[in-house]
Amino acid sequence: MDIFLLEAAINGLLLAGVLALLTLGLNLIFGVIDVVWIAYADLVMCGMYAVYWLFAVFGWPLPLAFAASVLGVAALGVIVHLLIIAPILSSAPINQLLATGGLLYFLQSFATLLFTTDFRNIGVRLPIIEIGGIYMSYSRLLAFAVALVGATALYLFLKRTYIGTAIRAIAQDREIIGLMGVDQRRIYLVTSAIGGALAGLGACLLALQYDVHPFIGNTFGPLIFMICVLGGLGNMIGGFIAAFIISQIIAIGGYYFSTELSYVLAFMLFIVLMFVRPQGIVRR
Amino acid sequence: MLSLVEVSAGYDSLRALFGVSLEVAAGETVGVIGPNGAGKTTLMRVISGLVAAFAGAITLDGRSIVGAPAHRIVEHGIAHVPENRRLFPRLSVEDNLRIGAFIPAARRHFAEQLAWVYQLFPQLRERRGQPAGTLSGGEQQMCAIGRALMSRPRLLLMDEPSAGLAPLVVQQVFDLIRRIRAEGLTVLIVEQNVQQVLEVVDRAYLLEVGSIRLSGTSTELKNNEFIRKAYMGL
Repeated sequence: MDIFLLEAAINGLLLAGVLALLTLGLNLIFGVIDVVWIAYADLVMCGMYAVYWLFAVFGWPLPLAFAASVLGVAALGVIVHLLIIAPILSSAPINQLLATGGLLYFLQSFATLLFTTDFRNIGVRLPIIEIGGIYMSYSRLLAFAVALVGATALYLFLKRTYIGTAIRAIAQDREIIGLMGVDQRRIYLVTSAIGGALAGLGACLLALQYDVHPFIGNTFGPLIFMICVLGGLGNMIGGFIAAFIISQIIAIGGYYFSTELSYVLAFMLFIVLMFVRPQGIVRR
Repeated sequence: MLSLVEVSAGYDSLRALFGVSLEVAAGETVGVIGPNGAGKTTLMRVISGLVAAFAGAITLDGRSIVGAPAHRIVEHGIAHVPENRRLFPRLSVEDNLRIGAFIPAARRHFAEQLAWVYQLFPQLRERRGQPAGTLSGGEQQMCAIGRALMSRPRLLLMDEPSAGLAPLVVQQVFDLIRRIRAEGLTVLIVEQNVQQVLEVVDRAYLLEVGSIRLSGTSTELKNNEFIRKAYMGL
């Protein structure tokens, strides 16, 4: 087998980790609250700026800056829910889409105003490692490992705790859940905080690999949405698997053709699959 | 234990209960019978907080619970087995039981309560890992009752527990109710199956078009001419 192809496949696998993590966050919010956060990738952008300012400008230690980003974006998730989602929870879905879409432009414009359109890098250069002639970036490897740990922690939380069980149950019967002593509003807040925390964690991992600028959300936001829909919107396991499929198409397509064409391929496959399996590739 | 005084309730413009008064004493099993659309389900829902009362008083052991949201009323010790069971179909049987023990007071006793429910319904233990939606009708009813018992209630509300079940399973469900009674729980049960329910309750009320029309001990009602004619086809 071609060693460069293998390298591309491994890098695709590593890319999938962060995408899968963000997909989990978006799917969790959709699955529980039944609202699509169009601006989800822009919460990641906010988290990347938090890491940049705290670490590169204010000189905080990196782990502390990371923790602050996770907590900060979790809080931002709660604020988004309270200010934007909660008042329109029973409105038509199109209104909810427009509202969170409006948030996207607000965040991007606000970031441009505050930080200009400069590309900023936190300036951490992690080494490239070589194993048997295959080159991998250490930051991607780290991102992959952390994303898997994050996903496992989320899984255990949802499976083993009372609140996690309520989060899994609520979408199946929003009325009866109250008879169990579960306050729906509280579950929505916890879910928004977890969704935000996952965006914040994704931001830390992406800040190690990419420059931050106000429109960084546009580069992977559509990708995350495509992965979510491909896996079946709200289906966490489906989204997780779809993240790995799409990443492989992009990585291997990029190897054979070019990165640009590989995105064309991925989105073409997406459109075709939407006709063939509109409910997503994985059954519930 | 539970007392309703002149309770009126309904949905938006549709009124379903008109000044209903009712009492359930501790340790009693009380039935509410009546035809479809009489307001029986609304009565259950207004007690458990799923429907708001327009007027009237609801007290549990002398404390008013009217106007409290459903998730608070569970904490007062009332568990509601809803009409059509309403399990969480994609959660496992055990997860359905776990969510029944969501309130802090119940979480502390989760293990012993689960053992008790499994002892009452051994089939649930066999199927504990299975999605609740794949259970048979009778097993789903057991799971729904088990889920309600997990909150360690003092008062159990049961809404049409025999509805939609095969005759043989209906028999099992009424046997279940006898067993729950025997455990000393206070039960308020709403049923269309008049003949059967009068065999398991101490007293019953007849609800028609949103008002209590008759009440009495189960023996009195079984011998009541009107009930025999209109509800037992005798």
